[in-house]
Amino acid sequence: MTLTLAGRLQTRLMILASVGVPWTLIFSLPLAWVSGVSPRLSYRITLETAIALMVLGLVWEMAYHGMQQFRWDKDWPTAFGLITIVNEGALVWLILHLIPGAWESSPSILPLFVSYLCTTWVLLWAVAQGPLRFVVLRWRFEGGAFSRRAAPGLVVPFIVTNIGAVFALVILWAVWS
Amino acid sequence: MLPVQPQRDVAEASLVATADHGPSWLDERILKDAGFLVKEIPIVTVGGGLGSFAFVDFLRIAGVAKSDIRVISPLPKPYSTFAERAKASQLGPADRLRSDSMSRIDNIWGWPGYALSEALTKRALTPLLKVLTEPLLSEYFTPTVQAVVSGLDREARRIGWDDIVAPSWAQVVRRRTGGGYFVVTRPGGPGDPPVAYRANYVHLALGHPSARSLADLAEYRRRCDNPELMINVYEPHGWIYDKLVQSPGRVLVRGSGIAASRILERLINDRERLGASTEIVHLFRHYVQGAVGPPRFRRPGGDGFAYQPFSFPKAAGGGQLRARMLASSAQERARLVLGMGGTTTPRRRRWRRQLARGGQEGWYRAITGVLLDVQSSPGRRLAVRIQTDARTDLELVADFMIDATGLEDDIRAHPLLADLLACGGARTNALGGLDVAATFEVHGTRSGAGRLYASGAATLGGPLGPVDSFWGLTHAGLEICDDLASQGACEFLGGLRSVSQWWRWMRDREP
Repeated sequence: MTLTLAGRLQTRLMILASVGVPWTLIFSLPLAWVSGVSPRLSYRITLETAIALMVLGLVWEMAYHGMQQFRWDKDWPTAFGLITIVNEGALVWLILHLIPGAWESSPSILPLFVSYLCTTWVLLWAVAQGPLRFVVLRWRFEGGAFSRRAAPGLVVPFIVTNIGAVFALVILWAVWS
Repeated sequence: MLPVQPQRDVAEASLVATADHGPSWLDERILKDAGFLVKEIPIVTVGGGLGSFAFVDFLRIAGVAKSDIRVISPLPKPYSTFAERAKASQLGPADRLRSDSMSRIDNIWGWPGYALSEALTKRALTPLLKVLTEPLLSEYFTPTVQAVVSGLDREARRIGWDDIVAPSWAQVVRRRTGGGYFVVTRPGGPGDPPVAYRANYVHLALGHPSARSLADLAEYRRRCDNPELMINVYEPHGWIYDKLVQSPGRVLVRGSGIAASRILERLINDRERLGASTEIVHLFRHYVQGAVGPPRFRRPGGDGFAYQPFSFPKAAGGGQLRARMLASSAQERARLVLGMGGTTTPRRRRWRRQLARGGQEGWYRAITGVLLDVQSSPGRRLAVRIQTDARTDLELVADFMIDATGLEDDIRAHPLLADLLACGGARTNALGGLDVAATFEVHGTRSGAGRLYASGAATLGGPLGPVDSFWGLTHAGLEICDDLASQGACEFLGGLRSVSQWWRWMRDREP
């Protein structure tokens, strides 16, 4: 993938919001049943992870962009997209544990977190490697950006596709209270 | 064999004479008086190679009917020139090109890429593993010649390419009084009347006119008794390798790009598999010892070659380097193109091992210098004089000389482009290519509501770096198609249309 900085940030947001969040909403319930926690807790963990991936991810993407500068091809190899689950996942885990009272310590939280993170990450990676290219034809030519010099009406599609993030926040608020 | 341009006939000569007298604008009356049949087609593309193919592919997917497009081409297939040059540079059907998996010339979305297609057809996991680990644990995946050709056959059939091609030679493109253009052609068949197409939009994708004949090589060939011993890599020359297998010989190879690498591979393969005792002398103009450049723009190198996996860094196609090119001035672009492109070859382990072995065993020698003179030598050989870097003159006798310094890049070698520059209002950019906008419209050639576009090798030096590549031709096709859509000449390829058309591609249905 050859990405510009703007492209990375947009892609991260867009994919997480439009694919990641619906997947989270669908997957959290079976995940709760399997790991034996309450659905409320499951939704809390997964949605908080999703939002943390989104927010912290914006910072990570800037670091990746910096690393990319040392490559002659200025590209981000496919494998890096998978390997970065380790550092991003670790940071999300740390941060959400450091916030006092965020996640109570329970033996079933770590497996839940790991299984959610792995499945979501691979899904989003696979979407970015393949199907994104035929849905957003110009994505690969614009360095990963969804905006285009000549295309009409971008604000509406951008809002529509990122509405998932808003849904996630609303549901999270409902779950907290 | 590729078709040869036929002689001009009387009607056409008189037409050109008329056009030369007046301004560059043509009227329908002039053409009809000269005996031309005038056909009205909204979009005409000149050149029946991969550039036109990519453009027409976009047009068909964007909803343009076959009857509204014409491709002026004498070529039997869209890949004729490509296949011929691949064969000449010793690429067999199973040999791999220098193209990325997602740079599919027959699929505008790039997915499924060549790797996935190969994995499915050969029922193997290797291409997928390679694409997963490239370029960290493996070299970049590249498609085979056969995969490209069969993909092109499928897509050509799907979009109805044969119905769109008008077998003929385009002579000139001139502006029409009242807007639009006339594409004046000479038909390929005997007894057919000459045709002039009246078009609103014209696209030029003429490729390289020929193999590059460096001035010195042409001079040596002219003077030498045995000019057939001095070969350009893009001319068919398979007989040399057969000769070398039969009897030992020394070959002088000039050039340090992908073509030279392929020739070396062929020569060394013949040594290994067929027992040829070929000695190779490799002449470098600039010998690259190692990586060159500042830390954030550092290109690997070694053994005399500048290494990069593709003809341009990947990001020059659609990443941060492309964004940089778009934002640069004309001079900056020329500098960037020379810095990012230029003479390079991919670093393939197999090639490096072959050359290392050659150096150790003494049958491969690299010399840095400039060719001074080539003359005939007794016994049907060549006497070569080289001025080396150390300012000493080296004389050696060789059986063959293979010049692998590339394809002709002077656009004036195309009569049509030379005419466009002289009368059509076009101009050249800082690198000598056609001056085009980001939409690939040729600056200075607008005619009323009509526009003239160009893509491919002739546009080198413009806002897109890798113009002469599968990616570049597809990218140009997209830019031009979007520009046409903004003028209402075709549908805009938005999300829904893109997905439905992709699904049709998958099912091999007509667009």
